Amino acid sequence: MESPRVRFLLRMPMPHHLTHSLGRKIFRFLLTIQGLGAFALISVAIALTKFRKSRHVIWPLITHEISRAGLKLLPMFLFLAAALGLVIIGQAVSWLTRVGAINFLGTIMVLVVVRELGPLLAAFLVLARVGTANVVELGTARAMGEVEALEALGIDPVHYLVMPRLLGMALGVFALTVYLILGSLVSGYLWAFLQDVPLRPSDYFRQLANALNWLDFALLGLKTLCFGFVIALVTCYHGLAQPLRLEEVSYATVRAVAQSVITCVLLDALFILIYLAT
Amino acid sequence: MMEAKGSAHATPIIQMEDVAIGAMRDPETVVLGEIHWNVNAGDYWVIGGLQGSGKSDFVLATAGLMAPLRGRYLFLGEEMPIFDEARLPIRLRLGLVFETGQLFNHLTVRQNVALPLRYHRNLTMEQAQSEVQPVLEALELAPWADSTPGALGRNWQKRVGLARALMLKPELLIVDNPLIGLDLRHTNWWLGFLEELSRGHNIFEKRSLTLVVTTADLRPWQGRAPQFAILQDKRMHILGSWSQVEGAGQQAARELLAL
Repeated sequence: MESPRVRFLLRMPMPHHLTHSLGRKIFRFLLTIQGLGAFALISVAIALTKFRKSRHVIWPLITHEISRAGLKLLPMFLFLAAALGLVIIGQAVSWLTRVGAINFLGTIMVLVVVRELGPLLAAFLVLARVGTANVVELGTARAMGEVEALEALGIDPVHYLVMPRLLGMALGVFALTVYLILGSLVSGYLWAFLQDVPLRPSDYFRQLANALNWLDFALLGLKTLCFGFVIALVTCYHGLAQPLRLEEVSYATVRAVAQSVITCVLLDALFILIYLAT
Repeated sequence: MMEAKGSAHATPIIQMEDVAIGAMRDPETVVLGEIHWNVNAGDYWVIGGLQGSGKSDFVLATAGLMAPLRGRYLFLGEEMPIFDEARLPIRLRLGLVFETGQLFNHLTVRQNVALPLRYHRNLTMEQAQSEVQPVLEALELAPWADSTPGALGRNWQKRVGLARALMLKPELLIVDNPLIGLDLRHTNWWLGFLEELSRGHNIFEKRSLTLVVTTADLRPWQGRAPQFAILQDKRMHILGSWSQVEGAGQQAARELLAL
């Protein structure tokens, strides 16, 4: 039986261009996939073939990007690590105590922080703080003709503008995730201690060590590097790969953020499958 | 066709045969067609065109940033545009000055000017300094060397764009609409400096530079440049000397002379 709302909706005339609109959306999605794929291949090829070219110009840019996407975000990440430890331990302790499973505190920290929340949270924060700035900077540079100026000087824009960001953000997300995880694990114990949980530090860290295996370290490294790479790639693509006018920069930023989030979540799902399969 | 002055090249610097040029924003739209044009070493061309006549697209295509839609365009005997790394040294014998300078806003004036040199020769800022400073001084930019472009007026920003284009010591310099928006003092400076470059400036060890300049007003160039052409109705009309510009029947030529 159809509800009155559904009946009302069914009586409404179909929009004339519904199929057109859907088609356009699918077409645009496929074009974006194609564009991103091509941009990724070009960027990787240039990073591999020109890594040592003009190193007195390019390597300081890479250092700058590592600092911007890593070092400068460290205070915020330490605050977040403390908060994350509190949130997880605060919730977990009360429930684990009720069911007499306080010995699983370390395991829960590994499951939640090391495998899932740590890398994703680090990626999203780098996206918010640095990825958006990337699109605005590159989009403005594109709109103001700076990319043509680079080409006129025989400077490869992908080498000069994209490669430092790819490497800087990949390493930045990796380093920040490690700090975030370490900080959360330590702060988690501190919050547990403040809640009078009868757990010695040695027992807590033994629980952590037992819950971790070599695959956690390998996948954590790979996943965080991929997150940083993908965020840099998507934000650079939207800022740089197509001609922009100044008024289009804000739309490009919104698109880049949405696509980065979706890509990171899909990548995360892929890593879960890999983890479960091995 | 114009004679080369003291040409060091057997082949013309620019050879265009039946070239058609598209718009930068919409490359499939023809903005100029049927261009037959040769530039020899030492030439000094002024290309006039009203707004919307395709000057900037012409400049970008001539600088090799856009492929021609049709025809054959050779720069120093090489097919343009050149994007491959192996032929890049030939591309770098061409310098381009943009209408608005197109400077990198995150770099200082000194860093902007040094960038092409540092990138292509893998130099540190200190190593590049000995070559950058004479150019900054010749263009009277030394007092602003450590300012960012945003702190400079438009008059000076254009000069920084010129300094940057000169750093790789090109043989052909293309300058897009250099006089637009300048005050009289800067206008005179540009006219004088370009003339010096054409004759042979000290920073080029007196070597004559081939110049192609676009403009929306031909009047300041009277007695300054020997060769003129205009862009009108999607065509390039080669006029020749100043007297031929004055005698030209094209409506655009008359408008460019404010007649």
